[in-house]
Amino acid sequence: MTTKSFQEHFDNQIENEVSIEPRDWMPDDYRKTLIRQISQHAHSEIVGMLPEGNWITRAPSLRRKCVLLAKVQDEGGHGLYLYSAAETLGISRDEMIEQLHSGKAKYSSIFNYPTITWADMGAIGWLVDGAAIMNQVPLCRTSYGPYARAMVRVCKEESFHQRQGYEIMMTLANGTEVQKKMAQDALNRWWWPSIMMFGPSDADSPHTAQSMKWRIKRFSNDELRQKFIDVTVEQAKLIGLTVPDPNLKWNEETGHFDFGEINWDEFWNVVKGNGPCNKERLQARQKAWNEGAWVREAAIAHAQKSKLKAAKNNKQKSETA
Amino acid sequence: MATVQIDNTTFQLLHFTLQWADNALINGHRLSEWCGHGPVLEQDIALSNIALDHIGQARSLYQYAASICNNFDSEIRQQLFASTALNQKISKGELIDEDDLAYLRDAWDFRNTLLVEQPNSDWAFTVARSFYFDTFNFFWLSSLQSSSDSVIAAIAEKSLKEVNYHLRWSSEWIIRLGDGTMESHQRIQDALNDRWSFTGELFQPTEADIAMLSMGVGVDLSRIKQQWLDRIHAVLNEATLIMPTSVWMQEGGKQTRHSEHLGYLLAEMQFMQRAYPNMQW
Ligand SMILES: [Fe+2]
Ligand SMILES: [Fe+2]
Repeated sequence: MTTKSFQEHFDNQIENEVSIEPRDWMPDDYRKTLIRQISQHAHSEIVGMLPEGNWITRAPSLRRKCVLLAKVQDEGGHGLYLYSAAETLGISRDEMIEQLHSGKAKYSSIFNYPTITWADMGAIGWLVDGAAIMNQVPLCRTSYGPYARAMVRVCKEESFHQRQGYEIMMTLANGTEVQKKMAQDALNRWWWPSIMMFGPSDADSPHTAQSMKWRIKRFSNDELRQKFIDVTVEQAKLIGLTVPDPNLKWNEETGHFDFGEINWDEFWNVVKGNGPCNKERLQARQKAWNEGAWVREAAIAHAQKSKLKAAKNNKQKSETA
Repeated sequence: MATVQIDNTTFQLLHFTLQWADNALINGHRLSEWCGHGPVLEQDIALSNIALDHIGQARSLYQYAASICNNFDSEIRQQLFASTALNQKISKGELIDEDDLAYLRDAWDFRNTLLVEQPNSDWAFTVARSFYFDTFNFFWLSSLQSSSDSVIAAIAEKSLKEVNYHLRWSSEWIIRLGDGTMESHQRIQDALNDRWSFTGELFQPTEADIAMLSMGVGVDLSRIKQQWLDRIHAVLNEATLIMPTSVWMQEGGKQTRHSEHLGYLLAEMQFMQRAYPNMQW
């Protein structure tokens, strides 16, 4: 086949919703876009372990401690599925981690905000995992097969996390005065960063059109953001919390909530590295990786020695047989 | 307040259960500190799993301990612990639960061994601590499966399935590090030597251990000490590591005399319950 016919075949697969598999031909830019997106997603899972990991040792009850620990562990598992999916595109996990540590690869900016109180564990589960679900459910049908399959597993667990987070918020909102205050304070701090998670407005999102054409993306940033706001505002009301946006108003005509201006200046600054915890998060990852170097080396050395030993034993066996 | 005579057997059963529960909680808490910071993602996940098992075991045991406490007369219940917060609850006639035992006692009411409260330090020290403890835990639980106390026997049986995996995990890491590189060999040998002095206490019977053994509830620590030594020796041998030789052993944790580390651990772990008391979470 010529490059042209390869391209035609690929276009047909996309057109007919046949998933692209690792052995299929794909345009270079499609591959690059996927590597960028999947690795960024994997990094987000791993860096995302840090703000919540903060509270495992301080959780207020044994049950909450177990639930939180299991949740953060799930996020590690998501990272694992996603790194594996990205590896099918011809990049190694070590290379991706190197890109994270050098700052070349990004991760979701939401994790550059600090977790200050226990209520943040509720707010993150409810809002951040909630926003992640909105983003990720359509990805279960994304055109690249391994990514889509990884997302099916991830989404199941994310919706569990979202419910657990909401339940923490509900417990606080039904609790004492100080607990209510804690819940409201967390919502105040996490609301805007959460709705920024959907990325820049469609007008300022250069990759969106191409990604939609390739059916990597199915909905635009603004569509998903609106959907999230519509759902979440109702959930806040249900537990008596106030969304910190004075311009939030139901619009009969559109059937959606109108909302206030997003602070894009803050958004771009956090992306650029000026968020409250960018440095700490990256340093924590680098530290874990560097301090673990001798452990990984030892594991590799032992595996190689064991392999040699096994080969030698087999040889001896076949010689004596 | 006049001291009321306490039923000694039940009192010893309580201490016995708390010894075990505190080991599980403190070990699980220490391991959970690794979450998000492991040397490689798969191991981060494995350690979280093991931490979860331990905290889960602690919960079952604290529930049992709480039920033992709640069965004492109220006057006796107020003499069980030094904690003001706990005693206030009891004096109001409230029943205590697993969280009260985990979050409201101070270090001088904790009965875990010194070994498990030692800091993670690095991967080698964590593996060494886990290896010593998991091996102990394996023989401890194996023996407790036939305890005459049916609750204890049931918790032991359920936990043993998990601890089988823990022991395999830590033994494999001992072998991997011992056999791996020169650096890893040296690091794990140093860690094993250093943590060795905390292992004697595992087999030092307390009053509670002795009382429970005589009733068929507990464990013959001198018997499992030999099993423990044999197993440690076999694994270290395979790992080309040397059995530590120092004879001086640290002790005190089981008698509620702890190292400095436990106070800091509890300050962090109990912070929410201390700063925001008497709330539902
Ligand atoms: Fe996740
Ligand atoms: Fe999640």
